[in-house]
Amino acid sequence: MASGMDSGAADGLRDLYQSVIIDHSKRPRNFKSLAAATHTGVGHNPLCGDRVTLYLTVENGRVKDVAFEGSGCAISTASASLMTEFLKSKTLGEVEALFQKFHDLITSPPDAPAPDVPELGKLQVLAGVREFAARVKCASLPWHTLRAAIQGGEVTAKTE
Amino acid sequence: MMDRIRAEFPILNQTVHGKPLVYLDNAATTQKPNAVIQTLKTYYERDNSNIHRGVHQLSERATRAFEAARGKVRAFLNAAADREVIFTRGTTESINLVAQSFARPRLKAGDEILITGMEHHSNIVPWQMVCEQTGAKLRVARLTDDGRVDLADFRAKLGSRTRLAAFTQVSNALGTVNPVGEMIALSRAAGAATLIDGAQAVAHAKVDVRAMDCDFYAFSSHKIYGPTGVGVLYGRERLLEAMPPYQGGGDMILSVTFEKTTYAELPHKFEAGTPNIAGVIGLGAALDFVSGIGLDAIARHESALLKNATARLAAIPGLKILGPSLGQADAHEPKAAVISFTLEGIHPHDIGTIVDREGVAIRTGHHCAQPVMERFGVPATARASFAIYNSTSDIDRLAAAILITQEVFRG
Repeated sequence: MASGMDSGAADGLRDLYQSVIIDHSKRPRNFKSLAAATHTGVGHNPLCGDRVTLYLTVENGRVKDVAFEGSGCAISTASASLMTEFLKSKTLGEVEALFQKFHDLITSPPDAPAPDVPELGKLQVLAGVREFAARVKCASLPWHTLRAAIQGGEVTAKTE
Repeated sequence: MMDRIRAEFPILNQTVHGKPLVYLDNAATTQKPNAVIQTLKTYYERDNSNIHRGVHQLSERATRAFEAARGKVRAFLNAAADREVIFTRGTTESINLVAQSFARPRLKAGDEILITGMEHHSNIVPWQMVCEQTGAKLRVARLTDDGRVDLADFRAKLGSRTRLAAFTQVSNALGTVNPVGEMIALSRAAGAATLIDGAQAVAHAKVDVRAMDCDFYAFSSHKIYGPTGVGVLYGRERLLEAMPPYQGGGDMILSVTFEKTTYAELPHKFEAGTPNIAGVIGLGAALDFVSGIGLDAIARHESALLKNATARLAAIPGLKILGPSLGQADAHEPKAAVISFTLEGIHPHDIGTIVDREGVAIRTGHHCAQPVMERFGVPATARASFAIYNSTSDIDRLAAAILITQEVFRG
């Protein structure tokens, strides 16, 4: 019997659905298409039906603008919204490094405290998904789609 | 009586995230009663052996128990003979068997297979494969806005080229109960063979394949309190006799030489290889368990739960139930104890995660019925499905968990 986990369970839920995440899921930022996009990626999670289309305008190796459209759960929508806010003016090299850091954060062991990764700034609110194995792929879908967009053309992103 | 039945399911006696488990994912799989668990244990502790081969004591015992289970399935479905009961891995394999051994050799380019818009992927994809292999065409009867088969459209799409009509008795995604008797009669009149997907039906209402007059009927053990990995295909003897084997191997032959192999008689012709012996015997125990309670009593209990749950959930602001509404004056019962719902502004996966933390297990997603989701313009739904061991207090817990979900999202 797994009793005595009650408060832990409630904390986990609060960690996952922080107010920042609820806010971004209800009012996603940069939620539009970009007519001038130089890169587009389509991400699809066939298991849950989440779909995200990512638009990037890259100039001189730097992200000038980034936006997304699609439909998904609160976690994937908030993750996409926070990601688009965070990526503007980053170089493609920096974007790739952030992808790795973000991926490492959300897949770090759930039984230890979340590592502190200051470079990820506000994106760290998504660390709560570590406790919800079935939801890690929701948070990572926009990032896989981003990578697909940068690496070329329209492809369906794989998820964890 | 309820407490006694619930106590038969040891898995229900646990906490999840610190809360007593409420299991409402019965359309995905049901839990197993002590009678089934003990049967598996006893089989492996006492009788385990291969069947239809050995002359030794254990093999005889195992064979007898395995074939006794076939007899129980025959009685349960009211089939005419044990030979008409084929054991498979599940509903999916049963349907694939019919697709490859019945449909594929018979169908020609231009022939048609008719299904409905509410089918599970396992009653869509095997037919698409046969269509690719034969040049036949898959036709789909539309659904009405309240999630029933549009019978006028079903009738219109049954034509002189329809060789087979395959449809579900109960929709896993919506809970709709189809008027299968009428649909089978229409199909037969058009000269089409019929396959009924009974996966969601068998645990909830009496099935009589002879009264129904279907050609094939498929179901899975694990959805009727039995073990996973076992399914049943009922087929009319005359049709099964004429069909080539589905798979080749041991146990399905009379004699083998490199020049010629003679196949075994029914039902063994369709049971190549060592089957899930323990699982089949476990299914027999599950059917005994169900018969002991009585399907009429089960149907009454689940119908009361459905009415209660529908009223409770429908009263929650922003909650929308998909599928047929209750209480519609109809010749047949319109709905099984399945409630597929959405919450305004909250994705079903977020509902599933939050109610799970409240100890309530429901299914969220497309329920392997993506065309149904598309028909109703939703990417996914949350689904609560009920079984004999559920109670009104489970419904209280579900309703409370939904309110907590809405609270989290008020942010």
